[in-house]
Amino acid sequence: MMKRVYVTGLSCISAQPTFGAGLDTEWRFQPECNVLETIHPVYKSFLPAAALRRMSKVIRMGVTSANAALADAGVSMPDAIIIGTGMGCGEDSDKFLEAIVANGEEMLTPTAFIQSTHNTVGAQVAVGIGCKGYNLTYVNGAVSFESALLDAQMTIAEGNAHTILTGGIDELTKHSADLFRHSGLIKLGGDYTEVLHSKSGGTVFGEGAAFAVLSDSPGKSPYAEVADVWMTAVLQPQAVAGAVSDFLTANGLTPADIDAVVLGIDGDVQYDGYYSQTATDLFAETPQVYYKHLCGEFNTAQAFGFWAACHMLHTNEIPPVMVINHLPQRELNHILLYNQYNGIDHSLILLKACRNTP
Amino acid sequence: MAYKGVAVTGMGILSAAGMSPAENYAALLAGRSGISTIENFETIHNRLPTGEIKMTNATLADLLGLPLVNDYSRTAMLGVMAAKAALADAGLPDTADCRTGLVSASSVGGMDTDEKHHFDYFNNPALLRYVGSRDIGNVTHKIAEALGITGFATTISTACSSSANAVMLGARLIRSGRLDRVVVGGTDALSKFTVNGFRTLMILSDQLCQPFDNDRTGLNLGEAAAYLVLESDDMVQRRGCRVLARVAGYANANDAFHQTASSDNGEGAYLAMSQALAVAGLQPADISYINVHGTATPNNDLTEGRALLRIYGDTPLPPFSSTKPFTGHTLAAAAAVEAVYSILALQNDVVFPNLNFATPMADLGTSPAIQLLHTRINHVLSNSFGFGGNCSTLIFSKV
Repeated sequence: MMKRVYVTGLSCISAQPTFGAGLDTEWRFQPECNVLETIHPVYKSFLPAAALRRMSKVIRMGVTSANAALADAGVSMPDAIIIGTGMGCGEDSDKFLEAIVANGEEMLTPTAFIQSTHNTVGAQVAVGIGCKGYNLTYVNGAVSFESALLDAQMTIAEGNAHTILTGGIDELTKHSADLFRHSGLIKLGGDYTEVLHSKSGGTVFGEGAAFAVLSDSPGKSPYAEVADVWMTAVLQPQAVAGAVSDFLTANGLTPADIDAVVLGIDGDVQYDGYYSQTATDLFAETPQVYYKHLCGEFNTAQAFGFWAACHMLHTNEIPPVMVINHLPQRELNHILLYNQYNGIDHSLILLKACRNTP
Repeated sequence: MAYKGVAVTGMGILSAAGMSPAENYAALLAGRSGISTIENFETIHNRLPTGEIKMTNATLADLLGLPLVNDYSRTAMLGVMAAKAALADAGLPDTADCRTGLVSASSVGGMDTDEKHHFDYFNNPALLRYVGSRDIGNVTHKIAEALGITGFATTISTACSSSANAVMLGARLIRSGRLDRVVVGGTDALSKFTVNGFRTLMILSDQLCQPFDNDRTGLNLGEAAAYLVLESDDMVQRRGCRVLARVAGYANANDAFHQTASSDNGEGAYLAMSQALAVAGLQPADISYINVHGTATPNNDLTEGRALLRIYGDTPLPPFSSTKPFTGHTLAAAAAVEAVYSILALQNDVVFPNLNFATPMADLGTSPAIQLLHTRINHVLSNSFGFGGNCSTLIFSKV
């Protein structure tokens, strides 16, 4: 019998006031930005001053959000830490690289290099709480978080962990933002807020750190159950509907059983067809939800989507600001998330409500 | 039913010691190190002993049949070439016959390319094709494309233990029935970034590295790519293919001590080794040869040695050696390189020598094998540890 995987703790730092909070109807838009500004917690309240000084943005966000998710779950020591990050520690990488060039490979100090490795946040969380368990960092574009989630699900199924800290983290560095604008990955034209009806390529970027504590037991009040995760490197637009149907069938469901479908629409006209096609083919009668207008696009943006969907299942509510089609809201029992970036790294996550569990 | 391990049906390797399993084996038998100095890129550290693959990027691109204008980093080219070789070694013309996945590892991805163009993207539009080169997932996608893998593909980056975790995940994906075949391994090209990084940490030696020697002065860096083809028993039966070895044990633990240094008693290493033995259902005495991480830094070898002594207690240690003097420390590729070496040891019943060893460590009381040793090898344990306290152990068993 497959073990069930419950979400018992959540935390999120993003361009919305998500830290220490849930879904909010007051979420703000940042209409004039093509890079969304992150709302950071006051880190010195959560991190020792000496450590904080050395930490880059992604380490601050990651460690603080990870610890908050553990606290939310009432877990002091998870059995494993499994993290996804698309770009890793870009700020420290840039800093070290720039120092190499500026100083002609001489007079370098090691701190930025030490903190540039992609597994830094997972390591810092482990050192911070003394967690000697399984520790892994996935770095694979838009399925970095999904890889971590899948590994966590497997680890619990194998009986090798009861509780796992998992999450997705990414920072947007100044260099990357400049480069993405220059290369067209970030929009330059005026329709930044028109994620749904965009007519231009590129996206509005963001960053964030969303964490979840997964457990093989529901505890007092689980947010949701992670039923299944699926990912694929390549998928043709016309094959998405079939892949989604197969995924649902494998889980004993049909598209009609999905009470809300969360789509990773990011306003890039070149690739948003993946979502609109799927929505038309399978989910025309299903409440459709989007979220990247709130958090921006980044490799682990779907960790924000996951965080939001868990809260929706917990509260049985979808904030109006996230609704695409205005159908009557159903009782939320099953939510499906579908995401891809630049036409590759497609993923599906199936979540179930457990409002009546235990 | 006892777990007999996931079948390894093919392997490919490019390292400073050789461009195929056979070339690497010949170097290992002859005690011939691949360490030289850096010639492929400009650096002030071009006198440091380094395990550089003596092929220029232009030669690699030519061998891969890439167009003159391409967007491949050296890391990607090495990865594609080694992974294709692994597939060919497994007798597979393509991967469409079953659910085939890819789990690749890298520590810095295409940093070798990004560091050349980092400041020039803005004024040279022709360079924009390299913008994605630092994204490690980009390397994995290139490998997947070359192998015709369109389904499951992901990347692991846990510093110098990365490809051990790739082997581990691949074995678990097959064992859980999610996939029928997984190509696993890692790739890392030398870069100014990593050479200078390790230099600032003062753990790069200006001598040939001397793992487990009392007077060791640090590591030599290297570059490599190595991949294994793992297949389910059903696939092995269906294809009637040969099995090179089995992945019998694996484990990942964290030292939870320091970002770059190991704890005094090598707690993470101890946990990884003991858990891998438990997965394999083996006792320490069952291990015939240990391919240690053995980077030749003062900290690693002492703490790894202590962890080994803790694992073995009163039981005598089997012969152990570090093969890093042959290849240099190839970062995320190291565990995959040493997986190939472990399998070569199993296939040929041989223990490879720990080169450059002169003086036993005063505070350890045990020494590595320094001569080539012909002896029956049933199980090989291979350690790989990384920054961030990431410790992983793999155990390979004879078929």
